[in-house]
Amino acid sequence: MSDTTLAKAEFDTESDISDYIALLKPRVMILVVFTALVGIIAAPIEVHPFTILVSIIFIALGGGASGALNMWYESDIDSLMRRTRNRPIPTGKITGDEAKAFGFALAGISVLMLGLSANWFAAALLVFTIFFYVVIYTIWLKRWTPQNIVIGGAAGAFPPMIGWAVATSGISVESVLMFSLIFLWTPPHFWALALFIRDDYEKASVPMLTVTHGRRSTRNHIFFYTISLALFALFTSFTSLGGWVYLGTALVLNSLFIAMAFNIWVRGDHEAEEDNFSVERRFFRYSLVYLFLQFGSILVDRGLGTNFSWGLL
Amino acid sequence: MNFGVEHELHKRRMSKNIGIGVVLVTFVALIFGLTVVKVTDGDVSSAIAGAASSE
Repeated sequence: MSDTTLAKAEFDTESDISDYIALLKPRVMILVVFTALVGIIAAPIEVHPFTILVSIIFIALGGGASGALNMWYESDIDSLMRRTRNRPIPTGKITGDEAKAFGFALAGISVLMLGLSANWFAAALLVFTIFFYVVIYTIWLKRWTPQNIVIGGAAGAFPPMIGWAVATSGISVESVLMFSLIFLWTPPHFWALALFIRDDYEKASVPMLTVTHGRRSTRNHIFFYTISLALFALFTSFTSLGGWVYLGTALVLNSLFIAMAFNIWVRGDHEAEEDNFSVERRFFRYSLVYLFLQFGSILVDRGLGTNFSWGLL
Repeated sequence: MNFGVEHELHKRRMSKNIGIGVVLVTFVALIFGLTVVKVTDGDVSSAIAGAASSE
């Protein structure tokens, strides 16, 4: 190899700050930050705004650490999938070892700082979340079972629980309800994605439901899980977490979600391929809006004082 | 040898250096702010007023 090609190789693989930011999965981080913030603000104990800021930053960094460790472990399959092949490790911008060290360092710092800024119970929950995402989901479930995102979805459901723990140093019915809402939302969200990138998962030998049981079965699963989610979200309206704004939002959001899931259910593969899975893509995008608005309504009820004083739970 | 020409490579390294700098300064600011909030029990203005009146 000549000096020129060596220099070009070094230039092509030299990372910049954006590659390290990409390792943290910033889009997932937005979800983590928002739901954790709802958890803190919805809690009955007031927390100093600066403590909220610091706690949210380190919960987000803990989520980012999970993302970096996930990318380290999955770099082999990331390079095979169109959706992920431009991530920093497959492109050679960051080595696997660098990502691993970065992930572990961030995990340590975020847990320590959350313990110091809030309390050690919240920090312990953050440790468990990172462990669950990296070890249970990434290393164990993802390549083993089509139930990977059903069980693994718990990792993404912990942030509001951590937020609640920042304020209360504990767990309560409300934080379990917020956890369950995200837990039930995760499967239809990811199965919609799996419908339109099924071939990627097959190429990478990831046993997503679309690969192991086919798209027909996945459509059935999406429809019935969406109904379960909608029933649970409506039930939550009548608990101590609910309120007038939550109830109104839940009615609108869940009616739309069921209608969109129904459209996915009745479609065949031929029809979907003809319009490049437009219905499935719309469902996937809508699911993100759904979660933000549903959690946002909890905040609005708290802000306006429109919570129901008579919760079933 | 000409050191004046800045290569894209140097810009990328510079972006990392600036990034680390910003992170460190932010970290120090967070620790300082958190210390003030904890020491004053969240009531920063009363603590400052109390300190001023005792002087």
